[in-house]
Amino acid sequence: MTISTNPTSSRGERTPPGVALWWKQTRKAILPPLFGIGGFLLFWQLSATLGLTKLAGPLSLFTEERTRELLFYPFFDRGGLDKGLFLHAMSSLSRVALGYTLAAVVGIAAGIAVGLNKGLDRALDPLFQFLRMVAPLAWVPIALVLFQNNQPAAIFVIFVTSIWPILINTAEGVRQIPQDYRNVALVLQMSNRNFFTKVLIPSALPYIFTGLRISIGLAWLAIIAAEIVMPGTPGIGFFIWDAYQNSYVSDIILGVIWIGAIGLILDRLMVWLQNRIAAGQ
Amino acid sequence: MPTPDTLARSLAAGAAAQTPLLRFEQLSKVYATPRGPYPVLADINLEVNRGEFVCVIGHSGCGKSTLLNMVSGFATPSSGQVLLNGAPIQRPGPDRMVVFQGYALLPWMTAYENVHLAIDSVQPNISEHQKREIAMEHLAMVGLTAAADKRITQLSGGMKQRVAIARALSIRPEVLILDEPFGALDAITKEELQEELLKIWRNFDCNTQQAGTQNCTVLMITHDIDEALFLADRLVMMTNGPAAGIGEVLTIPFPRPRSREEIMEDPRYYELRNQALDFLYNRFAHDEDEAA
Repeated sequence: MTISTNPTSSRGERTPPGVALWWKQTRKAILPPLFGIGGFLLFWQLSATLGLTKLAGPLSLFTEERTRELLFYPFFDRGGLDKGLFLHAMSSLSRVALGYTLAAVVGIAAGIAVGLNKGLDRALDPLFQFLRMVAPLAWVPIALVLFQNNQPAAIFVIFVTSIWPILINTAEGVRQIPQDYRNVALVLQMSNRNFFTKVLIPSALPYIFTGLRISIGLAWLAIIAAEIVMPGTPGIGFFIWDAYQNSYVSDIILGVIWIGAIGLILDRLMVWLQNRIAAGQ
Repeated sequence: MPTPDTLARSLAAGAAAQTPLLRFEQLSKVYATPRGPYPVLADINLEVNRGEFVCVIGHSGCGKSTLLNMVSGFATPSSGQVLLNGAPIQRPGPDRMVVFQGYALLPWMTAYENVHLAIDSVQPNISEHQKREIAMEHLAMVGLTAAADKRITQLSGGMKQRVAIARALSIRPEVLILDEPFGALDAITKEELQEELLKIWRNFDCNTQQAGTQNCTVLMITHDIDEALFLADRLVMMTNGPAAGIGEVLTIPFPRPRSREEIMEDPRYYELRNQALDFLYNRFAHDEDEAA
């Protein structure tokens, strides 16, 4: 059995195990998305070159000198609004972090209250279901009237966009606590503190994380809407809006790429965190 | 902790002469359904003495769980009452600890943490050292010292049941309520655990605050006649619903400590077994689950 007569397998044994093996294993995972993205870019570039659309093609990121500079130097800071895209993105992220953290704190607290109290649930659920349907942009004028000030208005737009999934999922997680666990708490006459930390939170945690994950995406989506209301402050949303005002189309494309990439990273981060927590369960 | 058998017996007998620990008085339970009120239990009268091991048997849906839920306090009687030490039971409490059908252990904790949480909830003011000692003592009692730091999800069904029993006994309940505790286990684990439960019950001093020693009072739901005959002092057999009641109460006379072999050789075993079988399958046969 040690001597293989199968030509395929003997050929396989002769290939060096390092790079070739890795390539063999990852080929299927890498090639299709590469073709997909490449094909899309090619189609986009062709339709731009042939004049089918007014939108600049992806190559404009390199051909436009201004955009090329922004692409390759994300960290420059010439003061004021003249910054690299990384710095714009960081400004946006800190804004999102503030609005999102507020949404998480309020959403989880309100979700627990609603999940535990049937009367409160019935009173407020229709309102929540209605409010969560309102788009981020629609909140902008309301936020401005409400706060009369750009900075808190922007935070509010992020907050109000991202709170609903956290609130609704947390409430559902609390409602879904198995009756068995509630009965254990009842028969032991568990203190509120013990019930909260040892039963309620661990039991609802998977639901809470689902809400947090959906919401981080929404909070990031709301950034454009939030930053349109605050001209004159650095941020990726402002950058795109400003580029649009100046008709720098290739800059807009670059900004959108940054937004997509950061959104993707945030989502993956939440998935990673969720798996870590779930593995600890 | 282990007590001379005769002493425990005579004390139990002495207590029995005074007042019963539990008294069911004209107990009825009616559920409201869309098609009108549905009487589950009607006119239940029963007295359970301190230190007694009572099994309740009956076909599924006859209200056995409802009956015990009115002892644990999860259900309230529609009429009549259940008295514990002369006072009506109104809400759940740790003096009537339940070993739940699905174990009801918190899966994100270890075996030790589950027992510790119960002790911490019932006796918050004792020292952390004492809590740890009590928890480990009860885990040792069910043979789980080595598995104390394992998560519930890593334990087998039999081990989970042991943790549930350790948790229940660690808070020193006056009444231990078991709802079909061994129903989901394989035959060998089941027999093993029955023997262990019996041993723990006989050696366990349920109420240290009281002078003298007492066995724990146990109420247990079962589907298994042999299990009941091996474990119980008395077997309460329920009639079928609606409006189920207590059909017959068998007194099981085998001396303790019991061994399965000795009981099986006793001619009274088959008399009692036939009596129970006759009750369940002839006089109160259930159309829906003949096989049960």
